Amino acid sequence: MQGLDFAVIAPYWDLLLIGAWWTAVLTVSAGVLSFVFGILFAVTVLYAPAILAYPVRAFMWLFMGTPLLLQLFLIYFGLVQIGIDIPALAAGIVGLGMHFAVYNADVIRAGIVAVDVGQTEGARSIGFGKWQTLRYVVIPQAIRNTAPPIGSNVIALLKESSIVSVIGIAELVHSAQLAISETFRPFEFYITAAALYYILNLVLEAALHRFERHVEVSR
Amino acid sequence: MSTQRPMVEVRGARKSFGAVEVLKGIDLSVERGQIVAIIGPSGSGKSTLLRSINHLETLNGGEVWLDGVQVNQPLNGQAFERHINKVRQQMGMVFQHFNLFPHLTVIENITMGPVILKGMAKAEARALAHGLLSKVGLADKIDAYPSRLSGGQKQRVAIARALAMQPKVMLFDEATSALDPELVDEVNAVMKQLAAEHMTMLIVTHEMRFAGEVADRVLFMDGGVVVEEGPPADIFRAPQKERTRSFLKKYLSA
Repeated sequence: MQGLDFAVIAPYWDLLLIGAWWTAVLTVSAGVLSFVFGILFAVTVLYAPAILAYPVRAFMWLFMGTPLLLQLFLIYFGLVQIGIDIPALAAGIVGLGMHFAVYNADVIRAGIVAVDVGQTEGARSIGFGKWQTLRYVVIPQAIRNTAPPIGSNVIALLKESSIVSVIGIAELVHSAQLAISETFRPFEFYITAAALYYILNLVLEAALHRFERHVEVSR
Repeated sequence: MSTQRPMVEVRGARKSFGAVEVLKGIDLSVERGQIVAIIGPSGSGKSTLLRSINHLETLNGGEVWLDGVQVNQPLNGQAFERHINKVRQQMGMVFQHFNLFPHLTVIENITMGPVILKGMAKAEARALAHGLLSKVGLADKIDAYPSRLSGGQKQRVAIARALAMQPKVMLFDEATSALDPELVDEVNAVMKQLAAEHMTMLIVTHEMRFAGEVADRVLFMDGGVVVEEGPPADIFRAPQKERTRSFLKKYLSA
């Protein structure tokens, strides 16, 4: 039996911080992607002609019904086979982004439907077109009303981003594993990685909280 | 008699919701600068008529004209969308429940239309909005969000928002029905001011006293038809039809 000795972390501190940095990069880029595509999917499912709406609905249903791990394998290892070679980082961002876009789309769709019809009538009566009404009036309100669940999805995304270590992206869990393979000290490194995730989450929550407070005033 | 074409003209308007026919062939003509009040019991079709004029309801039959342009033109898809958006810019609509945009400040609610739809410069739109807010007595609420306003204040902002598009006609759909009694007057005062400026107005209302004070003509609707119409003095003091008499009796005794 070994005693706990967190001094083993010291030489690997840079490696862990770089891992945390990539976790943050993944979360922010996949988060933005999942937000933008969440809106696009929601609007398509609700308003696009069936020829577009049905494929998107099928895509959403597939992404919700299958594991993220499998989706990442398909994007990174599977697509190569049909000639689409995506770098690991891009595959990770796209995989995470699309996976959470589907969840965001579900929330935003409900948010759009919940916006009072009077809002649409108010905008249309001024002369705004269908899409202008969505863009300037309905979607901004749908986003505000669904900010808390979208925030939860971003927090889940931060934690789930660890899964992309399996396709070799050097994020936080991947860095910890690398250090463990050299030191054989899993406990110290996993605990430290967990602490770093926790700190990242605190930062994220503070940012989300600020955003929610900001939109609270304007309701 | 005016030789000008009417500002608003409705010919043979028919509208059904499912099996229920709510407009059974309505004809209506509003001259430039005229103020017409539409009264009648709930379900008489008066709101549907007003909403049909700016095409929030699609008529099943008949025509609506605004200043010589047919509103419900038989155009397809995108062509109709472009047409109706242009036409609506010339009609201000005020709703019972205000329908202000809660995510925008008072001034943003007002400048949004002119800036996005008319390409007005932001500074110019702000100046316009400021003038309109002073007019409705809310210059101090310029940066407030609608949630911070009373019902009467919200409705006055909604009127300013509609006026910002410099419409040819204003449509009021029970503009004071959702307000506490003590807030009704401040909204009525703004409408009276518009009347004094000869704005063409169609006013759907339950307030007989106000209709009598402000309207040039009163239409009494029931069961999807215009039962009786004429100057307020005639309609309120000497109604010809029994149906009008019994409706007014209920209202005036209340």
